[in-house]
Amino acid sequence: MTLAVFFGCTFIAFGPAFSLFLFTIARDPLRIIILIAGAFFWLVSLLLSSLIWFIAVKASDPRDEPLQKGLLIFGVMFSVLLQEAFRFLYYKLLRKAIEGLVALSEDGCSPISIQQMAYVAGVGFGLMSGAFSMINLLADALGPGTVGIHGDSQLYFLTSAFMTMVLIFLHTFWGILFFHGCENRHWWEILAVVVMHLAVSGSTFFNPLYIGSLVPSYVLMAIAAVWAYMLSGGSVQNLRRFLLCAQSGASPQPAS
Amino acid sequence: MTELSAHLPQFQHGQLTENFPDNHLSNTNDNSERRRHDNSERRRNDNPGSETNGQPQNNIQQVVDQDEEEDEELTLKYGANIYTPFTEETDTIGQRALNSILNAAIMISVIIVMTILLVVLYKYRCYKVIHGWLIISSLLLLFFFSFIYLGEVFKTYNVAMDYITVALIIWNFGVVGMICIHWKGPLRLQQAYLIMISALMALVFIKYLPEWTAWLILAVISVYDLVAVLCPKGPLRMLVETAQERNETLFPALIYSSTMVWLVNMAEEDPEGQRKASKNSTYDKQAPANQPQNEDAEADDGGFSQEWQQQRDNRIGPIESTPESRAAVQALPSNSQTSEDPEERGVKLGLGDFIFYSVLVGKASATASGDWNTTLACFVAILIGLCLTLLLLAIFKKALPALPISITFGLVFYFATDNLVQPFMDQLAFHQFYI
Repeated sequence: MTLAVFFGCTFIAFGPAFSLFLFTIARDPLRIIILIAGAFFWLVSLLLSSLIWFIAVKASDPRDEPLQKGLLIFGVMFSVLLQEAFRFLYYKLLRKAIEGLVALSEDGCSPISIQQMAYVAGVGFGLMSGAFSMINLLADALGPGTVGIHGDSQLYFLTSAFMTMVLIFLHTFWGILFFHGCENRHWWEILAVVVMHLAVSGSTFFNPLYIGSLVPSYVLMAIAAVWAYMLSGGSVQNLRRFLLCAQSGASPQPAS
Repeated sequence: MTELSAHLPQFQHGQLTENFPDNHLSNTNDNSERRRHDNSERRRNDNPGSETNGQPQNNIQQVVDQDEEEDEELTLKYGANIYTPFTEETDTIGQRALNSILNAAIMISVIIVMTILLVVLYKYRCYKVIHGWLIISSLLLLFFFSFIYLGEVFKTYNVAMDYITVALIIWNFGVVGMICIHWKGPLRLQQAYLIMISALMALVFIKYLPEWTAWLILAVISVYDLVAVLCPKGPLRMLVETAQERNETLFPALIYSSTMVWLVNMAEEDPEGQRKASKNSTYDKQAPANQPQNEDAEADDGGFSQEWQQQRDNRIGPIESTPESRAAVQALPSNSQTSEDPEERGVKLGLGDFIFYSVLVGKASATASGDWNTTLACFVAILIGLCLTLLLLAIFKKALPALPISITFGLVFYFATDNLVQPFMDQLAFHQFYI
């Protein structure tokens, strides 16, 4: 516990996302606004889904354990669907915003493209989702205690941190996939995002059997990463050129 | 999270009792009262044969020090109690609600009276009074309140500190703050100091306002802000309009601006620029562009090297800047200059807005059962409210109240997250489900 666990879990969970933020989003105020607005939309979706869950719980018998767990599972699924619905609403808002930006700009083109907005919106959703899952855990990790003293898993903090990291990445890639699907009317991409999200959340029902939740989530993250990379214009040649440049240290080749 | 009251073990009849700090800030008032009660008890029991410490002198010294400290806190608390005389420790909820409404009414009327006083002073050009008032209030904030805050921080983390070091720290902090805020300073430093004094003021509010009163004050003050800025006879609107009529900027100690104030710099540049330009013109007249002959003029060529002069002459022809041409240029209407003025592109936000945003987030972090989730939700809500306000500002292009939208979002999200989202997230974390 205490500082070592706190810093370790913080950096595992938020390190990649924070560096993404620092290198790609922090310089541009417009992107920061889109990030915060994305976080806000995720928050509103969480609010509505927890309202529904709260009403359901209050209307039911609090002593019935399986019923409460069933209600919780229903709450999770409903929350996932609501998050994707709000992602779609955010896409609609950003489309309108692009028209406004084009009108405000001097040369008639928007300073940011819908693909960049998709990426930033994904990071916004991911950061807020990760923060809400992880921050109270981190605050508790600072204090004294023994993890799993009553027989629960001793890896609770570590697995939470890894799960948070994979969720942040997944939200980023889902943002890109989802917006691309909405732009080009590829309904299967939208469906794939929803199904993947349901699958990842569903796999966490296997916790504390962490093999059942972490491994599928990371596999899905790899798939989503490759897919999003392909959709953003990446290809095997691009990747090889990037890697060769870095390895040989020669002057950079002209961009394709 | 702001843990504002010291967490000190207390000696009571030789036994160690501890005031467990919980995050409900209403207990800070309770803690200080309990401490006072214990101290008075100890004073009664303090006799040479006392077995608490075995050291009567130390006991008396401890009591004396704690007396001084509680005197200071008492004065602050009674100072605050003038504004909120109705206690919230009542028996019924109805009585508590009534008391908090009355407290909020008193605070709001104090704020309204002070605002009207400020506007009247500004209208009748009593600038000295206003400047004196601002200087005294920023002195109070920068020296006294930061001293108290530093004391609380040291107490909480149990850091031993001597008065000399503290005096040096506070003196430097305060003097640099006064210079940055009221005179000139680097933009980032001025912004940092304005944020720090807003945070200190907000901490004072968080610590000394009882709970329901604070929430009511937040709600009422955003309504007041809406009225004061948008109504034609609202005091803040009259202040802004009068400042615009007289073509002055509002006081730097009250406004946070995101860009440098260029007016001060431009006014000073002119005499120097004229001196440089005149030296350049003598240089041009005395020597042809190819051959520099005037040694001392070359040493002071105003930063323009020989090659630059040649290039300029080749491109646009030899130009001689005479006093007549300069006067003609300066007489031109400077429309293009004001449209590119960085100050117009920047955004100004009143410090009162900062203070109340901070009060909201601070209270959310101090008194919420959801801890960090609620704080984060309020933070994002306030930022979104500010974004919306700035959007409206870009559309309407006149002074707008910054409080209503943000505080409304903040309050809604605080209560919603604390009561609805927190149980849900708790259950999810317990089972380690992820959404």
